[in-house]
Amino acid sequence: MKYLEEFRDPELARRLLDDIRATVTRPWALMEVCGGQTHTIIRHGIDQLLPEGVELIHGPGCPVCVTPLEVIDKALEIASRPGVIFCSFGDMLRVPGTDRDLFRVRGEGGDVRVVYSPLDALRIAQQNPDREVVFFGIGFETTAPPNAMTVYQARKLGIRNFSLLVSHVRVPPAIEAIMTSPDCRVQGFLAAGHVCSVMGVDEYPELAERHRVPIVVTGFEPLDILEGIRRTVRQLERGEHTVENAYQRAVRPEGNPAAKAMLADVFEVTDRAWRGIGVIPQSGWRLSPRYRDQDAEHRFQVSGITTVEPAECRSGEVLQGLLKPNQCEAFGTTCTPRNPLGATMVSSEGACAAYYLYRRLGLPAAPPPARSLPVVPLEASPVA
Amino acid sequence: MPDTTTTVPAPAAPDFANWSCPLPLRDHPRVVMGHGGGGAMSAELVEHVFAPAFGGPLLASLGDSAALTLGGARLAFSTDSFVVRPLFFPGGSIGDLAVNGTVNDLAMSGARPAYLSCAFILEEGVEMSLVARVAQALGEAARRAGVEVVTGDTKVVEAGHGDGIYLNTAGIGLIPAGVDIRAQRAAPGDVVIVSGDIGVHGVAVMSVREGLEFGVRIESDCAALGGLVEAMLAVTPDLHVLRDPTRGGLGAALNEIAVAAGVGVLVQERAVPVPDEVANACAVLGLDPMYVANEGKLVAFVPREHAEAVLAAMRAHPLGARAAVIGECVADHPGMVVARTGLGGTRVVDLPIGEQLPRIC
Repeated sequence: MKYLEEFRDPELARRLLDDIRATVTRPWALMEVCGGQTHTIIRHGIDQLLPEGVELIHGPGCPVCVTPLEVIDKALEIASRPGVIFCSFGDMLRVPGTDRDLFRVRGEGGDVRVVYSPLDALRIAQQNPDREVVFFGIGFETTAPPNAMTVYQARKLGIRNFSLLVSHVRVPPAIEAIMTSPDCRVQGFLAAGHVCSVMGVDEYPELAERHRVPIVVTGFEPLDILEGIRRTVRQLERGEHTVENAYQRAVRPEGNPAAKAMLADVFEVTDRAWRGIGVIPQSGWRLSPRYRDQDAEHRFQVSGITTVEPAECRSGEVLQGLLKPNQCEAFGTTCTPRNPLGATMVSSEGACAAYYLYRRLGLPAAPPPARSLPVVPLEASPVA
Repeated sequence: MPDTTTTVPAPAAPDFANWSCPLPLRDHPRVVMGHGGGGAMSAELVEHVFAPAFGGPLLASLGDSAALTLGGARLAFSTDSFVVRPLFFPGGSIGDLAVNGTVNDLAMSGARPAYLSCAFILEEGVEMSLVARVAQALGEAARRAGVEVVTGDTKVVEAGHGDGIYLNTAGIGLIPAGVDIRAQRAAPGDVVIVSGDIGVHGVAVMSVREGLEFGVRIESDCAALGGLVEAMLAVTPDLHVLRDPTRGGLGAALNEIAVAAGVGVLVQERAVPVPDEVANACAVLGLDPMYVANEGKLVAFVPREHAEAVLAAMRAHPLGARAAVIGECVADHPGMVVARTGLGGTRVVDLPIGEQLPRIC
């Protein structure tokens, strides 16, 4: 099987880069929405190979990074309770809450388990009827359907000791918020292919039209990214702003109807806080009233959470594309994957982690840009 | 080479009350899984707790095995514990690992492995037939590796206090005259060679442990490397470094060598042999093959003038058939491993912190 190799071919990459160079006549700033794309860009050095005028701005699409501190603290509180088995995807375990992380809860005796599928958590619930099993349901449209499925299945199978701690978020409102931010420099988007494989592309044409911004649905391998950049730049040079699907091997225009139906059955759209950014209206999902008794927040009545974000952490600006990770004074000094100030430094899709892991060589911490970059109060943004 | 009969001065006890940044153990008042992951956290535990407590000049090099002089003989001495789940996996078992792990640690100092000890820690309630199967596998692996198990121990812990069967092995072997292989000898100009495909063992174990199926059966490459090392030494005794990249994978092994020798390592990413099955499984799980565990592979730093002959000798051996030059040792960026990416960019290959974690999506 040569599937991956085909999308990492150096000769094809060179041709795409040549094409991009031949197309670009002036500077452009593009945002890759997804943290997985950010890691591909940095890991393969794509940003080093682009013509100087093409700048990649890293977007807010790291599910771990944007999960609010309050929800993480709730997870830590629930996971610490006796009788609870707390299940999560692996990369949430090292994300810092206010004063500890899930690894530390486990070290202190909490039953915290890494699962590879949310349905594994359901199986654990079946095997442990005398324990409360909670799954940490975070992420974008990509992970929301399988997590919804667990709740649906639990109901169907009569499994009463299973609940979901939900903090799901949606991409289109985030794009809307970024475009309406006063400091926005983004001129084109590489939309997240995985998200579109679930939701299709219907949500994007209106955004592209309203903000006159090209949106190209892009995959995650190096050639996917280069093709996405090539198409976005071509549109910008021509003064176009349409939605293109450059990830047709995974994304159908209508998305995945079964997954969408599952989302519609189990979840309802709600306002959501994004860590480091603030509340974005209509940007998340919560369990619909029909499934409220399987909502871990409801079941465990977690209250009295006081969150404290490290004052020096500027991950909110990184997530909005206002600041490159190495422009933060704490980058690589007081903030490392070892002792992260924020989730962007610890998540496997975090932009700060990508810079720290792959780009320390010849990349001293740069001084912050001269212009002031306050965290934009997105709550006040006129989001549709 | 110091003699073990030398009186070792009492080490300075670690001052737990006054640990300060950058001693990161202070951030972990309790042990977490990452402390056993073979990455930075493991190294810090050894550096800040074990090494100060044990002291001793022979421990200072912190290699896979200790090189000792005893009664005129040069010995390599090593120990390892095995807590793998499941006990049997495609291509091997905990018994094979317990032999090969220690044999390979000895072989990485150029020693000819000779004798092993073996300790079983059994959990109350484990089926006797399972214990017998593991013992059988261990015995067969020892015979294949040409070593003899000469002493052992058995302990039983209460039900719920173990994970079925844990094993510990220790081993000794003879280091031939003229051989001095250790991480500190890596030097700019050395050619970096791996003995074959990386990431195979880790993905094979994950495929059964987590119930993951990748559409292709992946078998562990677990093997004893004493014979391969002998074939390499037959070309030249002047191998600088050998390391079996087990926990933490190739990335951790290269970082440890770069730090120990104060040199840089430049890896050509496309030259690193990664089977498609491993690459695909890692892509699904969000893991980097560079950090996935291996059990039948070694990485060698060889003086440039001997590299071609050593590579040929490796390829002539069944366990080195897919050996490949993956990079070189450089004077730039000391202590750091840098990869030239397939597309022509560069990236740092960092020491993993703890265990690799499968990503969310």
